[in-house]
Amino acid sequence: MITFQDVSKTYAGGGRAALTGVSLSVAPGEVFGVIGASGAGKSTLIRLINGLEKPSGGQVIVDGDDVTALGVEGLRALRRRVGMIFQHFNLLSSKTVAGNVAFPLKLAGVPDAEVKARTAELLARVGLSEFAAKYPAQLSGGQKQRVGIARALATGPKVLLCDEATSALDPETTEQILELVSNLNRELGLTIVLITHEMDVVRRVCDRVAVLEGGAVVESGPVEEVFLHPASATARRFVMEADGVPADGAMVGGRVVRLTFRGEATYKPILGLVARETGVDYSILGGRIHRLRETPYGQLTLALTGGDVEAAIKRFQADGVRVDLVTEAGR
Amino acid sequence: MSAFVENIDWAEIGQATVDTLSMLGGSMVLTVILGLPLGVILFLTGKGQMLQSRVANGVLSLVINILRSVPFVILLIVMIPLTVALVGTSLGVAGAIPPLVVGAAPFFARLVETALREVDKGVIEASFAMGAKRRQVVLGALLPEAMPGLIAAATVTAIALVSYTAMAGVVGAGGLGDLAIRFGYQRFQTDVMVVTVVLLLVLVQALQMVGDTVVRRVSHR
Repeated sequence: MITFQDVSKTYAGGGRAALTGVSLSVAPGEVFGVIGASGAGKSTLIRLINGLEKPSGGQVIVDGDDVTALGVEGLRALRRRVGMIFQHFNLLSSKTVAGNVAFPLKLAGVPDAEVKARTAELLARVGLSEFAAKYPAQLSGGQKQRVGIARALATGPKVLLCDEATSALDPETTEQILELVSNLNRELGLTIVLITHEMDVVRRVCDRVAVLEGGAVVESGPVEEVFLHPASATARRFVMEADGVPADGAMVGGRVVRLTFRGEATYKPILGLVARETGVDYSILGGRIHRLRETPYGQLTLALTGGDVEAAIKRFQADGVRVDLVTEAGR
Repeated sequence: MSAFVENIDWAEIGQATVDTLSMLGGSMVLTVILGLPLGVILFLTGKGQMLQSRVANGVLSLVINILRSVPFVILLIVMIPLTVALVGTSLGVAGAIPPLVVGAAPFFARLVETALREVDKGVIEASFAMGAKRRQVVLGALLPEAMPGLIAAATVTAIALVSYTAMAGVVGAGGLGDLAIRFGYQRFQTDVMVVTVVLLLVLVQALQMVGDTVVRRVSHR
C-alpha cells in the first residue's frame, strides 16, 4: 500500500538531513508503527506519505501513485484517500463538530444532502452524535481526537496517518483512542501508519514497527520481535522506557540475562525447577507479564550466580524460553 | 444650561454627525475591501507561508510602511490632486473618503496580517492534508479561524478612522471635527467644542462596544 524506496529529505537551508536512505513498505490492512525520539525524522516521514513534504531523493509510492510525480489535482485526489490525524487535533475552532467533519466533504464538492448524512454517520461511528452542534473548545482532548478521526474518515480513505495522535492525551483516553483506531483497522480494513515516541502505543496496536534514529531506520520487523528482542540500542532504549526495567546489572553479581516466555512456556513453573537442578541462584531485577495485542508473554531480567550458569541457560532454552544475555556483570 | 449651549445650532450638529458617520461608513467599507486582500497577500507571501515570495512581500511591505509613515494631515494635503481626479472634488464627505482610505487601508492590512499569523499552523496543514486547494484553505480555514482577530482589527481601524475624519475637517471635509475646528477653536465657542468631542467620544465608545460584542460572538476558542 505504501512503499518508501531509498527516501531522503533535507530541508532547504537546514544542514543535517531529516531522513536518509529510508526504505520500507506497508502492506494493505496493516497497522505500521514508526517509533523514534523527537528529531528522529518521524514527522517528516509521515508527511511524505500524503505529500505535505516532498522527498529530496528516492520514491514514495502510495496506493499505486508515485507521490512525487503527482500534480496538484492528483495530490488532492490522493489526500482524499489518505486521512490524517494530529497530536494537537488541528480542528477548526470556528466550526462546530459537525462543521469540522463536513469540511473535507465540502472541499471535495460533495452535495449538501450527502454531506449531512455522511457527517451524522461518521459522528455516530466515533460516538459523538450528541456533540454535533458543539464547538471544539467545549470538548475534552479525547473527544477532540474523535472528531479528528471522524474528519479523517469523511472522504472514505484507505489509509489513516496518525501523527503522534495520542501524545497529548492522558493514559485512559489514549487507551480509548487506540481501541478506536484498532477497530477501524479491523472493521474498515484501513491501512494505518502511526508515528509515536511511546513503545506502549506500538505494543498495543501495531503489527509491524520501524525504529527511526537520526533520520535512518535502524531496525524494523514484527512488533513481537522488535519488542521482545530489540536488536538496536535505540529499540532497546524504547523497550526499557516502556517497562521501567533498569538495564543496569552492575549492582548485583553474576550474569544478567533476560528470559522471554511466550505461549506455553509462560505458565510453566520453570524458574524454581532450573534453580534446583543446576544449583544456580537468581535475583530478579525486573519483570513483566503482558500482552502484545493478543499474545500473552512474560519477560524476566535475572542475575544468575553460583552453580552451573551455562547449564541453566541451556535448560531454559530447552523449555522454549528465549535467553538474551544482557551483561556479563559482577566482576 | 441654555447659557452654556448658546452657540449651538443643533441642526448643524446633526448634519455634522451625519457627515462624520457617512465618511466613517464609506471609508471603512473601502478600507476593508482594499486592506483585507492586501493583508492576506502580505501574510501569504511571508516567510514559510504558501505563497512565500521575498520580493512581493518586501515591495508590499515597503509601500505599506511608506503610506503609514506619512502623517495623516500631510496625506490629506498631498492627496488633493488625486482626490479631485478620483471623485471630482477635494471637499465634503466625498472629498474626504480617498485620503481616509489611503490612510487607513495600510494600517488595516498590517493588523490583518497580524491576525492571520495568530491562526494555528496545524489547522492550515490539516486543511491541506484533507485535500483543500489554496483558495479553499484561505477562504474556508484561514479567514474563518482569524475572524475574531479580524473583527478586532476592524474595530481598531474604525476608531482610528473617527479621529482621521476629525482631522479631515482641516481641509474642509465637514463633519464633527470640522465643526470643532471652525467654531470651537477658531471662534472660541467652547460649547461647540465640548458637544462635538462628547459626540465623538460616544461614537468611539459605541464602536468599541459593538466590536467587542461581535468578537465574542464569533470567537469559539
